[in-house]
Amino acid sequence: MRKNTQPRAPFLLAVTVLVSIFMIAPMLLSVMAGLVNNYSAGLKSGLTLRWLGEVWENYGGTVGWSLALALACVVGTVLLGVPCAYALARSRSRAAHIFEELLTLPVAVPGLATALALILAYGQLTAFRQSFAFILVGHMVFTLPFMVRTVSSAFQRDDLLALEEAARSLGANFRQRFMGILVPAVFPAIVAGSLMVFTLSVGEFNLTWMLHTPLTRTLPVGLADSYASMRIEIGSAYTLVFFAVILPMLWGLQYLANLMQKRHGT
Amino acid sequence: MKPANAWNPRWRLLACAAPAAVFFAAFWLLPVVRLLTLPASKGWSTYFAVLTDSRYLQSMANTVALSVAVTLATLVLGAAVGIYLARHTFAGKRMLLSLLTLPLSFPGVIIGFFVILLGGRQGLVADIGDSLFGERITFAYGLLGLFLAYLYFSLPRAIATYAAAAEAMNMQLEEAARSLSASRLRVARDVWMPELAPTTLACGAILFSTSMGAFGTAFTLASKFEVIPITIYNEFTNYANFALAASLSIALGLVTWLVLFAARRFGANPVTR
Repeated sequence: MRKNTQPRAPFLLAVTVLVSIFMIAPMLLSVMAGLVNNYSAGLKSGLTLRWLGEVWENYGGTVGWSLALALACVVGTVLLGVPCAYALARSRSRAAHIFEELLTLPVAVPGLATALALILAYGQLTAFRQSFAFILVGHMVFTLPFMVRTVSSAFQRDDLLALEEAARSLGANFRQRFMGILVPAVFPAIVAGSLMVFTLSVGEFNLTWMLHTPLTRTLPVGLADSYASMRIEIGSAYTLVFFAVILPMLWGLQYLANLMQKRHGT
Repeated sequence: MKPANAWNPRWRLLACAAPAAVFFAAFWLLPVVRLLTLPASKGWSTYFAVLTDSRYLQSMANTVALSVAVTLATLVLGAAVGIYLARHTFAGKRMLLSLLTLPLSFPGVIIGFFVILLGGRQGLVADIGDSLFGERITFAYGLLGLFLAYLYFSLPRAIATYAAAAEAMNMQLEEAARSLSASRLRVARDVWMPELAPTTLACGAILFSTSMGAFGTAFTLASKFEVIPITIYNEFTNYANFALAASLSIALGLVTWLVLFAARRFGANPVTR
């Protein structure tokens, strides 16, 4: 269904087809590998749910912990990030600039370095080190700038300034203005930021691998563990679990976010 | 009237930023300052280990070369796919675009595993090679495997970015060039490249910096080709050489931060994308 005015582009078409195969084939291959009896014998060996069952037995807990951690990360970054985003949007002082710059550094600096720093500073506090809070703190440091930047640019809209001014002249105090006007107005941005934070936290490995202990494992950590020590079928089945649990969830959240954007966005 | 109402707006802003600032200071600034000062305890020369020790220098050079190669390849391929998808309509295009950008949410380890499925000892290519030439070809654990894995996690970002940028491109310039009988190559060079230059700069900087720090992928492929994140990991966990691991982390952090900083100086803002 090519438009007539479109120039033909055989080279671009060829690249697109090749890249699509390169991107999509491994996903199909790993889904297939998780469902066959014997990977080296291929589909001929028959389909089975045995590997999925084994993965669930060994690593089922990591799924729940990953989701809980991502959720806690969203809550934490909203609580810390939204007021901070407001402050950064309203203050254009030099100090605010520097603070914003600093806040974004954990994104630019490799996760491995951040993780090492956290271990060096807090590794001695055994109770903290051995709890999920240690991983949560790492995830929050890494995802906070995404929340702050997204929400801060929403706070900067001109009509919001006028609205806030109007509410102030009518005698609303800051808490009333913030919760009653500002937060509802930037709500779509908060949802978008939350979605980003959730996605980043669920898939985070670079920090998490260093921060985890045998008792605090997330889904990506479990994946690396199973890849290193188990059969290729188990690894594939575990990847399949990731696809089956995380992706529908991300799509559902994306759908909700779009819906909200349409209804409340301006 | 609550006392908060009488506050100077400046104090109010400060109070709003305070929780995030305290959290950030406690869990990033303070630890990082400790990381920065740690190598000094083993003597000042520890800071320059990455330059003076040939093994670390080699590892750093490997990482930079690999990241540059992956970034360039990704930019070319991503631009081609992005422009094609933005210009043509066909059934299932939205589906294809969402499949192509799906890996953005994959942890790096999954991508490493994909490459093992393709090029490992029991991989697809080994099987095909076995039945065609009677030889099991494996490339997953070497340079080619790492390159393909890095390419795999870089492409989705580039495709998404270029597809969005190409949608916004000015078609009239291109039609004018064509009507003056410019060749395809000239159109690509003289019309597309300048228009997409800011996108390329921002996208290239972030691709380079993610490649430099990519730990999960390299970790899964446990490669013979040593990259700096793996070197740091080995120094830290296998040899408990904390000062050296810190020094190498500083070097790695500096390189990636400098690239992002330079890109921003030239007008691109990579971090928010």
